[in-house]
Amino acid sequence: MLRDITIGQYYPTDSWIHRLDPRVKIVSTFVFIIALFIANRYIGYALTFLFLACIIAISKVPVKFMLKGLKAIFVIILITVALNIFMTPGDTIIWQYKSLRITGEGLYLAGLMALRLIFLIIGSSILTLTTSPIQLTDGIESILKPFKKVGIPAHEIAMMMTIALRFIPILLEETDKIMKAQMARGADFESGGGIVKRAKSLIPLLVPLFISAFRRADELAMAMEARCYRGGENRTRMKQLVIEKRDYVAMAVMIFFTSAMILIRFI
Amino acid sequence: MAIKFREVSHVYSQGTPFEKVALNNINLHIEKGQFVGLIGHTGSGKSTLIQHFNGLLKPTSGEITILGQKINDPNTSLREIRQKVGLVFQYPEHQLFEMTIFKDVSFGPENMGLSKDEVDHRVREALSMVGIKEEMYEKSPFELSGGQKRRVAIAGVLAMKPEILVLDEPTAGLDPKGRDEILGQIQMLHESLGITVILVSHSMEDIAKLVDRIIVMHRGSVALDGAPDSVFEHVEQLEKMGLAAPQIMYIMKALREKGLDVPTNILTVEEGAREIAALLKKQK
Repeated sequence: MLRDITIGQYYPTDSWIHRLDPRVKIVSTFVFIIALFIANRYIGYALTFLFLACIIAISKVPVKFMLKGLKAIFVIILITVALNIFMTPGDTIIWQYKSLRITGEGLYLAGLMALRLIFLIIGSSILTLTTSPIQLTDGIESILKPFKKVGIPAHEIAMMMTIALRFIPILLEETDKIMKAQMARGADFESGGGIVKRAKSLIPLLVPLFISAFRRADELAMAMEARCYRGGENRTRMKQLVIEKRDYVAMAVMIFFTSAMILIRFI
Repeated sequence: MAIKFREVSHVYSQGTPFEKVALNNINLHIEKGQFVGLIGHTGSGKSTLIQHFNGLLKPTSGEITILGQKINDPNTSLREIRQKVGLVFQYPEHQLFEMTIFKDVSFGPENMGLSKDEVDHRVREALSMVGIKEEMYEKSPFELSGGQKRRVAIAGVLAMKPEILVLDEPTAGLDPKGRDEILGQIQMLHESLGITVILVSHSMEDIAKLVDRIIVMHRGSVALDGAPDSVFEHVEQLEKMGLAAPQIMYIMKALREKGLDVPTNILTVEEGAREIAALLKKQK
C-alpha cells in the first residue's frame, strides 16, 4: 500500500553510473539542471533527451522507475503548460475566445517548459536512483566541507540527512503497520466523507505515529551517546571517497554536454 | 469451517528487484473452535499469513474462504470480515491513541456502528475479560505499564466480539508475570467463549502448553502440521529450521539416554515433574 512511494528510493544494481563517486554525481546533476535552464530551443532539448537516454541505458535502471517520479509532479506540469499557453502574448493567434487566446508563441513556450520540468525530474531521479542515501550524504558532507570556515556545519547537516533518510522507510513501515492495526479495528482510511471527517479519521494513525517517532528519536540519541558520538571532530571513515578514472570520464562528458548546450543557445 | 486456504501464494513488490515470495502455495484448513499455534523462524511468512485471515492482504494467487465468505469476491464486505476476525498485531500497545482507556477500547465497536449502550456494554465486558478494573477506565492508556497497555489493546479487539481471534506474539517483550497473565486470559477466552484462536509465538513452551494443533511455517510453506506431540517428534527437522522443541523434551531425552525409564513425549514442565516424581517413587 505504502510500498510504492519512491522519494529518493535507491535502485540497487551494479552499473557504471552506480559506481561513480557521489560527489561527481551531485555536482553533475547540479550542472545538468543549470544547463537545462540555459537551453531555449527544441534542438537543445533534443540533445538533452539523447543524453538522458544514454545515461538511463548505462545505469541499468528500468525506465519505468525513472518515470515514476513524474507522476507526483504531473499536476504542476499541467498548470505550467496551461499558464504558458494562455498567458504568453504573441502575434500568431491560433484560437481566441473573448480575452482568452492561444498564440503560437505560447504553444512553443509551453512545450519547452513542460520538457524542462520533465527532464529536471528525470535528471534528479537518476541521481537518487543510482546513489544510495548513505553515499549521497557522504558526498554532500564532502562537498560542504570547504564551507566550514564560514560557519556551515557540514558534518551535522550530513548526519541529520542520514538519519532522516534512514528513518523514511522505518516510518513508512510503521505507518503501514499502524494503519493495518486500526483497519483491523474497523477504521476506514480510504473512503471519502467531508474534509473534517477525513482529518478526524487520521487521528488514530497520527497519534501513535508521533509517539513512536519520538520514542525512536529518544532511543537513537541514547544509542549514539552510548557509543561516544560527539560530532564530526576527528572522525575517520571506513570508506574514503576516491576520484577514479571513470569519474574523470564522467566529468569530461558533463563538460562536453554543457558546452554543447551553451553553444546551441548562442549560435 | 473457519478458515480455508487453497493454493494461496503471496508475492511482495512483484515485478521489482525487491520482489519476495512470502507465501508459496499454501493449503490450509482451520476448524471452528480450534486453538492453533503458528510457529516459524523470522521471515518464514507467519505475519504475511495472518494478514490474509482478515483481508488486510490479498493473495497474489489462490483462494481464501473465511467463515464461508470468499475474500477475493468483490461482494464480500471486508469490514464485516475484519470484525469477525480479530487480529492483534505484535506490540499492539503501539496502536493506542485515545485520551482514556475506555474511549480507546470503544474505537472498534464504534466503527461497527453499534448503539451507545451496546458499545458501553461491550467495552466493559472486554476490559473485565482482560482484567482491567473499573477505576482505571478514565485513565490515559499512556500511563499504564507495558503489560497493562497490551491488555487494553487486546481488549480493543475483543470488544468487537470476533469469532476468530488471531494474536501475533502477544507475549513479546513482557516479563514472565505479564506473559503468564496474558496467556492465561487467552486460554480462558478460548474455553469460555469457544472462539477459534490462532496464536503466533516463538516460545515452544507457551505453544506446547496451550494449543491443540501446531502449524510450522518455513520459507513461505507449511512444513509441519498436527497435534503438538506429533509435531515435536520431528526435533531434527525443527532444529534445521532454526526452531526447537520445548526444553523439557530435551531433559526427558537426556534422562532416557542415561538409562532412566521416562517417556520422551512430554511437552510441559508440570507433566515432566510428575513423571520424574513417579519414577523416583518406583525406585524407592
